[in-house]
Amino acid sequence: MALFAEFGQTLIILACVLGFFMAWGVGANDVANAMGTSVGSRALTIRQAIGIAMVFEFLGAYLAGGEVTSTIRNDIIDPALLIDSPELLVFGMLASLLAAGTWLLWASMRGWPVSTTHSIVGAIVGFAAVGISPAAVNWDKIWTIVASWVVSPLLAGIISYFLFRSVQILILNSAHPFANAKRYVPFYMFGVGFLIAMITLLKGLKHVFKDIGVAMSFAESAFFAAIFGAAVSLLGTFLLGRVQKDDVADRVNRFASVERVFAILMIFTACSMAFAHGSNDVANAVGPLAAVVNVVKSGAVAGQSSMPSWILLLGGLGIVIGLATYGFRVMATVGKKITELTPSRGFAAELGAAATVVAASGIGLPVSTTHTLVGAVLGVGIARGIAAINLRVVGTIFMSWLITLPAGATLSIVFFILFKAIFS
Amino acid sequence: MAIGNPLQNLFGKSPIKPLQEHMTAVVECAEALQDFLAAAIADDWPAAEEVYNRIYTTERHADELKKQLRLHMPSGLFMPVSRTDLLELLSVQDHIANRAKDIAGLMLGRQMRVPEALQGAVSEFLAASISATQQALKAINELDELLETGFTGSEVTFVEELIEHLAELENRTDILERHIRHRLFKLEGELAPVETVFLYQIIDSIGELADLAERVGGRLQLLLAR
Repeated sequence: MALFAEFGQTLIILACVLGFFMAWGVGANDVANAMGTSVGSRALTIRQAIGIAMVFEFLGAYLAGGEVTSTIRNDIIDPALLIDSPELLVFGMLASLLAAGTWLLWASMRGWPVSTTHSIVGAIVGFAAVGISPAAVNWDKIWTIVASWVVSPLLAGIISYFLFRSVQILILNSAHPFANAKRYVPFYMFGVGFLIAMITLLKGLKHVFKDIGVAMSFAESAFFAAIFGAAVSLLGTFLLGRVQKDDVADRVNRFASVERVFAILMIFTACSMAFAHGSNDVANAVGPLAAVVNVVKSGAVAGQSSMPSWILLLGGLGIVIGLATYGFRVMATVGKKITELTPSRGFAAELGAAATVVAASGIGLPVSTTHTLVGAVLGVGIARGIAAINLRVVGTIFMSWLITLPAGATLSIVFFILFKAIFS
Repeated sequence: MAIGNPLQNLFGKSPIKPLQEHMTAVVECAEALQDFLAAAIADDWPAAEEVYNRIYTTERHADELKKQLRLHMPSGLFMPVSRTDLLELLSVQDHIANRAKDIAGLMLGRQMRVPEALQGAVSEFLAASISATQQALKAINELDELLETGFTGSEVTFVEELIEHLAELENRTDILERHIRHRLFKLEGELAPVETVFLYQIIDSIGELADLAERVGGRLQLLLAR
């Protein structure tokens, strides 16, 4: 196409800049939510949390971020209508990135709890439905995504509820909580390792495996995931060996030593949370970018095509840089506010949320990590585990849904028309 | 940028620590009565006034804690215990401090003298009542452990034992109170009538400290029985 020959380079660079900015925003703002529970429960210092977040956000984005990215890139819009005018998809995706970025910046400055995921999905649906035609939107997929926004906090809440109940029954209410904590915590660690390895092997590493010509069956994946889980559990047991019973602290609170055991477990769940977050949220930034690059390079709207790994790499880097430049400050504020969360609860909430988000990443559903974590915390609260939960937050989250979708959509329509006017 | 962070706003301020602090201040008020009574028996009213001031300050402090706690419990708060139960528990706790202040205030104002024959018994009675409030504090201090276990299991049994012991302590003060009243009745002929009436009132109030302490235990039991 003449347009792509003339402006191709410019469009790709523009998309990279906008995508990188979005990834920066995810790192600066959202990571703090994913990691705040660990900092708040004092299982990790901020410095340690940043270190873990950098490594595992990046790994999650790079290893398991492909499915959600492909959903954002390919599945929201029906490409059949765009075969004759691939440039519309490019303009639309650029407009969506710009719209979501603008909206997030505005909302953050006003202090509204909005979700990156909801902004980008709203923006893409907006430009496609109004800018092109309502038929261009893959509505079935949209309803699945919207349903996942309701299901993911619920599911995380249920998992966290049962995780925390199991902790109560197996450890806290037993005759020897400290000994039992040391006995059972490695099993939870195994679960964390198994979960992450399984999703990564089944879904995330598809593009890596395809490149080197490896195919793994479900049973093989489960086998390797179990080995990985066992390794994690061994490492954890080693770390647990260094936790001693502290009789002085126990006199103030009888569970002080037990919580120290859970603090070790929380290091692992924090890793899983960062991994889950990276795997799901990187797509918000690089999904549209991938679509733009694909169309400009090939000059046509391809249905399904492999994604260049440098795009996931760019997203992962953006998240890490956002975290390093601004995210640590947000994390400090969030961490200070949620000190009521002890490691035994924090772990239940984190693992419930991480499991849900990683599973959603595996099947390619873009969900909101923060909302899922809120659901998980409520689950622990229902098990009578948290002293005080402000239920009004749940109301503000619903409000932010109602505002974010139309706001993202409207902005992206405006930018879409603008781009069309500039480039053609 | 993180002002509207949903996770940050999700966690309310825990009412448990402030509730325990309040009870600690309340028990301090009751404990100071021991010094007060010693000063009154020694007829050292300047010293008694000093102790009264201490009780007065501590009671004011408890009142302030109570106010803060009430302000921090908006209705949108989801807690593992019922909000109403918690507020009523707080109110019963607060009565103990008020009662302690009333006892000291009345005795100081009237410079009341405890008849020599009753001095030992009243001291013992007061000590028993104070130990009931201390036992109530012990139970209240288990609230964070209760939260830790999600208000289930062996921790609940443990707290229930504490509350049972509290009931025994209260029962002991009832017996002591009955004995003292009987002895005071015997002395009525030798004492000025107004003096006697107020002595009955003081004895009644000291007994009430233990009653209130037991009610704190009862409220705590309600909290557990959800």
